[in-house]
Amino acid sequence: MTVANAPALTSTGAGATPRRQSVSGRGGILRFLGLTPFALYVLLFLGIPTVLAVSTGLFTEDGGLTLDNIVGLFAPNVLTAFGNSFFVSAVTAVIGAVIGALVCYAMLGTRPDGALRAIVDSASSVLAQFGGVMLAFAFIAAIGSQALLTKFLAEAFGLNLYANGPWLYQVPGLLVVYLYFQVPLMIITFMPALEGLKTTWAEANATLGGTRFTYWTRIAIPVLAPSFIGSLLLLFANAFSSYATAAALVSQGAPIVPLQIRSALVSETVLGRENMAGALALGMVVIMVIVMWGYSVLQGRTSRWQK
Amino acid sequence: MTAEQRLGTQPSKTTRWIILGIVGLVFALPIVAMIEFTFRQGLAGGYTLDHWAGLFGEDSARTYRGLFQAIGNSVVLAIVTVGIVLVLLLPTMILVHIQFPKLKRVLEFICIVPITVPAIVLVVGLAPVYSFVVKIFGSGAWTLAFAYGITVLPYAYRAIQANLEAVPVITLSEAGRSLGAGWPTVLWRVLLPNLRRGVLAASFISVAVVLGEFTIASLLNRVNLQTALLQVSQSDPYVAVIFALLALALVFGLLLLIGRLGSVGRNRKES
Repeated sequence: MTVANAPALTSTGAGATPRRQSVSGRGGILRFLGLTPFALYVLLFLGIPTVLAVSTGLFTEDGGLTLDNIVGLFAPNVLTAFGNSFFVSAVTAVIGAVIGALVCYAMLGTRPDGALRAIVDSASSVLAQFGGVMLAFAFIAAIGSQALLTKFLAEAFGLNLYANGPWLYQVPGLLVVYLYFQVPLMIITFMPALEGLKTTWAEANATLGGTRFTYWTRIAIPVLAPSFIGSLLLLFANAFSSYATAAALVSQGAPIVPLQIRSALVSETVLGRENMAGALALGMVVIMVIVMWGYSVLQGRTSRWQK
Repeated sequence: MTAEQRLGTQPSKTTRWIILGIVGLVFALPIVAMIEFTFRQGLAGGYTLDHWAGLFGEDSARTYRGLFQAIGNSVVLAIVTVGIVLVLLLPTMILVHIQFPKLKRVLEFICIVPITVPAIVLVVGLAPVYSFVVKIFGSGAWTLAFAYGITVLPYAYRAIQANLEAVPVITLSEAGRSLGAGWPTVLWRVLLPNLRRGVLAASFISVAVVLGEFTIASLLNRVNLQTALLQVSQSDPYVAVIFALLALALVFGLLLLIGRLGSVGRNRKES
C-alpha cells in the first residue's frame, strides 16, 4: 500500500477537517449538476420505497388512518421479539468488533500486497455477507445435532452440546452463527482505518518519551475510536436487520423482529397483517434512528477530543 | 524486532500468529464440516462420492439448470451493482469531498439510511417501484441491481470514505490542477490511484453483499443464488451444500484475483 500511503505523510490525519479552499474556478449552479444522477437514483430506490414501507403501518387495508397496528407493537410476543433482536445484535456486534479489531491489529505490518493479506481480505469479503442460507447449512453441518463436531465432542469428551435443548435453532444459536459474518465485516470495514495510523505518530510518541502503552492509549485508540464505533454500529445494524440466516435456522416461531415481519407479510390467514408488517418496520426504524442518534453524539464528542 | 514493533505500532510475530491461528481455526471449522457433509452416506454413517459424482453426470446440466441460471443471475447482479457504485457513488463522493464540503454530512446521512431501513423493510416499498422498473427496463434479472446498489451503499461508502479521509485529496488535486492537468486527468491519474484501496474494498464488499443477498430477491419473487439454494436444499441437501461450497470457493477465487490484479497494476505503475 505504498502508493496509497506515501502522499499521506502531509495529511492531517483521519477525521481531521480538510482545508477549505476552492479548487476550481468554475462555480454556480452548473457544479451541482454532477450531483443529480446520484440524487435521482437515491430518491427513486431509497427515498420512495422507504416512505412507502414505513407509512403502511399507519393505514388500514382500505386506506384509512389507524393506530391499531402501532398499538399491536406492544403485544407481549412482539415486545419479546424486539428484546431478542436487540440482545442478539448488541452481543454479536461487541464480540465481533473486538475480535475483528484484534485480527486487523494482527495484520498490521504484514505486506499489504502479500499472500496473507490477500487471503484474509478475500475470505472476509466472502464471509461478511455470506449470511443467509449458506451460513445455516454450514452450522448445521458443523454443530447440528448429527454433525461432525457434535459427535466428536460427545465421543472424545463426553460433552453433549444439546444437553440444554436444541439451542442452535433458537436465539442462542443466532449468537454463534451471526459472529461468523460479524467478525469478517469488522475486518473489512476497520482495516483501512487501522492502516491510516502513521508511523510518524509513534515516532513522535517515542521521541517525547512515551511508551508503547501511551502510544495506544493516547494516540491510536482516540484516533481510531470514531471508526471503531462506526464499524460497531454497522455490525449492530447488520445483525439487527439480518433475516435469511434466522429464516433458515430458526425452527419454530418468530423470535426476532425480521421473522415477525416476514410472518406478517406472508400471513394468509389474518387480514390486514400487511399493515402490521409496516408497523413492525416502523418500530425497527425507530430503534435504528435512536442508535444512529447516539452514534452522532458520540462521534461529535470524539472529534472534539481530536482537535 | 523491527522499528515498528519497538514503537508499538505492530504486533510481534508470536502475537500475530496466535491471533490469526485461533480465529482462522474457528472460522475454518464450519467449512470443513460442510465438506465432510457432502461425502456422507445419509444418517447411517459412512462416506460416499455419489453426491459429487451426480454433479458431473450426464444429466447434471439438465437436473441443475435452475441452479446454474440462478448463479448466472447473481453474477450479473454483482457486476451491475459494482458498476452502480463506481459510476454513481464514487464520483459523487469525490465531488462532495472537493467541491461541497458542507454537503458531506448530507451524503453521509443518505448513505447510512439503508442501515436504518433494512432490506426487509425496504422490500415492502420496493414492490410498487419495481412495477415501474419492469415497464421501463423489462423484467431482466439485472434490474434487481438497482435495489442492491442501495443495499451496498453504507458498506461501499464507509470503505471509500475511510480512504478519502486518509489521503489529502484537496492538496493532491490542487497540485494536479496547478501543474496543468484537467479534471479527468486529476481524477484518473492522481485521485483514483490513491483511492485504490478504498475503491477495491468497496467493490469487494459489494460483490459479497450481492452474492449473499436473499431477502429482497425472495420477497420480490426473483431468482438468485441464495433463493435457488434454499429451494434445492429442501429436496437435496447434499447438492445444496456442494453448491454452497462451490459458490464460496468461486467467490473466494474471484476476489483473490481482483485483489491480485489490483496489486499487479500498482507495482507496474510504481516502476
